[in-house]
Amino acid sequence: MRRAPTGVLTVLLVGIAILYLPILVLIGYSFNASPLVNIWGGFSTAWYGRLLHDSELLSAALLSLEVGVAASTCAVILGTLAATALVRFRYFHGRLLLTGMVNAPLVMPEVITGITQLLLFVSMVHLFSWPHRGFTTIVISHVTFCTAYVTVTVQARLMSADRSLEEAAMDLGASPARAFLEVTLPIIAPAIISSWLLCFTLSLDDLVISSFVAGPGASTLPMVIYAKVKLGVSPDVNALASLIVCALGLCIIGARWLMVRGERRRALDARLAAG
Amino acid sequence: MKPAWMQPPRLSGRWLIILPPLVFLAIFFLIPFAFAFKISLAQTAAHVPPYTDLITLTPDHHLHLGASLDNYRFLFTDDVYGVAYLYSLRTALFSTLICLLIGYPMAYAIARSPKSAQGVLLLVIMLPFWTSFLLRVYALENIIRDNGFLNTALLHLGLISHPLRIMRTSVAVYLGIIYSYLPFMVLPLFATLEKLDPTLLEAATDLGSTPRRAFLDITLPLSIPGVIAGSMLVFIPAVGEFVIPSLLGGANTLMIGRVLWDEFFSNHDWPVASAVAIAFLLFLVGPIAIYQHYNVRQMES
Repeated sequence: MRRAPTGVLTVLLVGIAILYLPILVLIGYSFNASPLVNIWGGFSTAWYGRLLHDSELLSAALLSLEVGVAASTCAVILGTLAATALVRFRYFHGRLLLTGMVNAPLVMPEVITGITQLLLFVSMVHLFSWPHRGFTTIVISHVTFCTAYVTVTVQARLMSADRSLEEAAMDLGASPARAFLEVTLPIIAPAIISSWLLCFTLSLDDLVISSFVAGPGASTLPMVIYAKVKLGVSPDVNALASLIVCALGLCIIGARWLMVRGERRRALDARLAAG
Repeated sequence: MKPAWMQPPRLSGRWLIILPPLVFLAIFFLIPFAFAFKISLAQTAAHVPPYTDLITLTPDHHLHLGASLDNYRFLFTDDVYGVAYLYSLRTALFSTLICLLIGYPMAYAIARSPKSAQGVLLLVIMLPFWTSFLLRVYALENIIRDNGFLNTALLHLGLISHPLRIMRTSVAVYLGIIYSYLPFMVLPLFATLEKLDPTLLEAATDLGSTPRRAFLDITLPLSIPGVIAGSMLVFIPAVGEFVIPSLLGGANTLMIGRVLWDEFFSNHDWPVASAVAIAFLLFLVGPIAIYQHYNVRQMES
């Protein structure tokens, strides 16, 4: 394949530079000793130390982590089921509905998802006295949009998975369920784990939907950060933001590494089997 | 023998797989829109929850239907909503076009890179998208505020004598949307450009096409599905964007997502906020349908 012209490559490099410049500047400023954000006052990690004493921030971070783990775990289960249904069963009642419902959250503006879900929760409490706004409602909302991401990721992997392996297992006497669990599940496992990590980062980052459904008592980390950021740039937010960006970045690189390693191993197995 | 409908439904293994996600998403994603529609027909009230019941029993034992389209009529009579809607559309449209102008060459360059480099380049493009949207918008504020990185750098270089006023203007909102959604544009474009059959270009060159001609006649038309998918992925969330106009925009950058937020959190007018959401949804159904159409087509091919 011919390489792209130099001009086009330049746009690529400039585009990547633009994507990363603000994040790098942010991390740089977070080590600024001066409380005045525009003047460099020497290197310091003082702002990171201050974060540990902010109890509001710490309890919000804890809530966000709990929500993230719960929501990603539920979403991975529902999303894998949805992907299996869409890839393996060509015709069933509700197929179109399911396809629509796993794709729509990906493009739905968050303010709309947020307000409609809140109205549902308020009406449900009115009727069944459940769910009370807080942890439960935030988890349910996050599961909704995370399920969409899991379905898309796992669906892609399932479509490329070799069905003949599963058929071979069934020829050897395995039930369809057992063949799926023992043959196909290990193949799609990297996709499942990496989509768990993606969900975790999405959940940890969600501001708009959480703000609607959280109710007055609960605040997630993004909600606390938003309240601080609204007041302008400040050095301790720079430190917090740098920490989160780096942690999430590692999550994503980990997810990606799992996917690539899974793919390589599969390619190797295929080659060994063929050889 | 009981009639068929009286027998317990046979739950085969299939339905154990299909039903959980179907039921969950139906209850928590689809049905909420029905509730939002219902509440958009009600009026505000000073109790919890802050809206009137649609059906009430009058003292003389008559059912009273309290539904009205007043909230929708209000959306059309008060200028704020129309202005915000048009402003959102315009901002999203221009941001999408600029994303396309930057994103197309980026996707093209990645599609033409060696296979081994493609994975790394895609990861590099997607990494910012996955790492905190809110914090990236905040990071951009560090760059463009009056005494931020950009102005400091330009002043030092002597290119400007006064700091540029970018924060709290429409320009800041454009920059925010382009910066945040650029990866959304690159990914689908790359997917279509990568699948493009290179022999078509070779054939065009053999037949005497210049590279420019071959690009315009072959690459560009064949990449249209990617252009549409990428544009939808940027345009639709950008129209409803809340965080960017709220953090980077000024008082006059009224985007519809922000209006809805204020209606809900500042004015506590749930019925009008619901009406805004439903009206907004109706104006979005068209684009989503087009996007779905192309999405399905791409999947099939």
